[in-house]
Amino acid sequence: MEKAQDILELERRFQEKIDNDIRIEPNDWMPDAYRKTLIRQISQHAHSEIVGMLPEGNWITRAPNLRRKAVLLAKVQDEAGHGLYLYSACETLGADREETIDDLHSGKAKYSSIFNYPTLSWADMGAIGWLVDGAAIMNQVPLCRCSYGPYARAMVRVCKEESFHQRQGFEIISKLAQGSPEQKEMAQDALNRFWWPSLMMFGPSDDDSPNSAQSMKWKIKRNSNDELRQLFVDVTVPQAEMIGLKIPDNDLKWNEATQHYEFGEIDWTEFWEVVKGNGPCNYERVETRRKAKENGEWVRAAAVAYAEKKKNKELAVEA
Amino acid sequence: MADDSLILGHRLSEWCGHGPILEEDIALTNISLDLIGQATNLFQYAGKIEGKGRDEDQLAFLRYEKEYKNSLLVEQPNGDFGMTIMRQFLFDAYRLPLFEALTKSSDAQIAAIAEKSLKETKYHYRHSAEWVIRLGDGTEESHQRIQKSLDLLWRYSSDLFTSDDIQTEAEQNGISPSIEEIKGLWSKNVYSVLEQATLVIPDNKWEQNGGRAGKHSEHLGYLLAELQYMQRAYPNMEW
Repeated sequence: MEKAQDILELERRFQEKIDNDIRIEPNDWMPDAYRKTLIRQISQHAHSEIVGMLPEGNWITRAPNLRRKAVLLAKVQDEAGHGLYLYSACETLGADREETIDDLHSGKAKYSSIFNYPTLSWADMGAIGWLVDGAAIMNQVPLCRCSYGPYARAMVRVCKEESFHQRQGFEIISKLAQGSPEQKEMAQDALNRFWWPSLMMFGPSDDDSPNSAQSMKWKIKRNSNDELRQLFVDVTVPQAEMIGLKIPDNDLKWNEATQHYEFGEIDWTEFWEVVKGNGPCNYERVETRRKAKENGEWVRAAAVAYAEKKKNKELAVEA
Repeated sequence: MADDSLILGHRLSEWCGHGPILEEDIALTNISLDLIGQATNLFQYAGKIEGKGRDEDQLAFLRYEKEYKNSLLVEQPNGDFGMTIMRQFLFDAYRLPLFEALTKSSDAQIAAIAEKSLKETKYHYRHSAEWVIRLGDGTEESHQRIQKSLDLLWRYSSDLFTSDDIQTEAEQNGISPSIEEIKGLWSKNVYSVLEQATLVIPDNKWEQNGGRAGKHSEHLGYLLAELQYMQRAYPNMEW
């Protein structure tokens, strides 16, 4: 009885800290559900960075000039770096990195569904930077104020880099939109294919998002899915107009009264199918990551064996 | 030199997203980025000296296979991680003394490029040499794998040092160091690292040469088909 009361008291103090915007740090007491929610969210985020390397990695060897090749390489490398910080943030919550990665490979853990769509032309590098990184920034900027310290701090750095990614994507797509008819068509086609999946990146609509209320109370989440989606549309539509591309939505219109764009209904059937594993590239993405791990098994074993031998030699010298 | 950097940088970029551990994914991409940067600087300068108005992209993307003068070593496919590391090590061990000597080139621009590239190459060499030792002296499996990579790649190493009239002239003008001297320094480093890695130089001493004269292996054509795809499919456009 006393123990239950202790826990209630700990929970009360925990929530009080959150309400006062005091950060939770790895060694602080936290409810199990808070820990689990964070592990789920941060690991999904880490997996998204790592799987997200693949659609763009698909075009590194075909980048049209040296500058684009170098910038794309640097961008994909940043994503690997983000994955590393995020796996580390997960480890501060007691989640083992290898087990976390195995959950991705077994299909237990999810990642952002946008990466299950194929990259079919160079313009997709523009669309991904502009739309996908743009949407990611909308989602991630509020996370810089997340209640969990290591996650919030990782996000500060990630957001700085994401904003560079978004700009390089917009630069690619603008250049194409102002280019030859073939280039313009390539840009429009990429927008057509990536627009709706980008809107889906904000997750199910608020009426259909079961974990949201608790996450808001814990200040893991600061804004609702629909709020962020609306913000994204409001920011992105004028950008498309500026470069002369058409958003593939016939219901899109400006509402003077609300000062927001109204947009058409998202195809939620498609969204849930891709989440379930039925997107165009779900199998390929996970299989590629699984193979990378499998093919690297002997390398990791060698590194461990060598470190062990070296340590033993040093000990022998000391003795 | 620009072709060596470009082709090897391209090969390494194929690893992006597929590395054996995240840290190595980042390291290989980093080296790739350095090499592409070196290629860009060198092509810019080559285009300027040529004086026909070709820029770095025209030189990198719009030549025929025979016109690429990279060594046979750098165009070899990635294979497993051990193959990539051995290829990198044999190359870095050549590039390190080369850039070191080129910092004293009579050509100021080459000396400046060498100065910048040398800093990068020191890191590349340390990285690849450490991995050769780790894999060579790691597990039974890693030893066998990296030994096999050495057996397969050794025959291409002499191609790095093939000389021709241009090389001889560059040596006479003090633009380039003596390639024989570089080979001596390369051998010293390579033998020492391979010994630490418990690896043995293959008995078969037959050499495959021709890269510097534009006579390549079958692999380069496919690499160029991919590298040049956009420039060939959409000619004369800006990106």
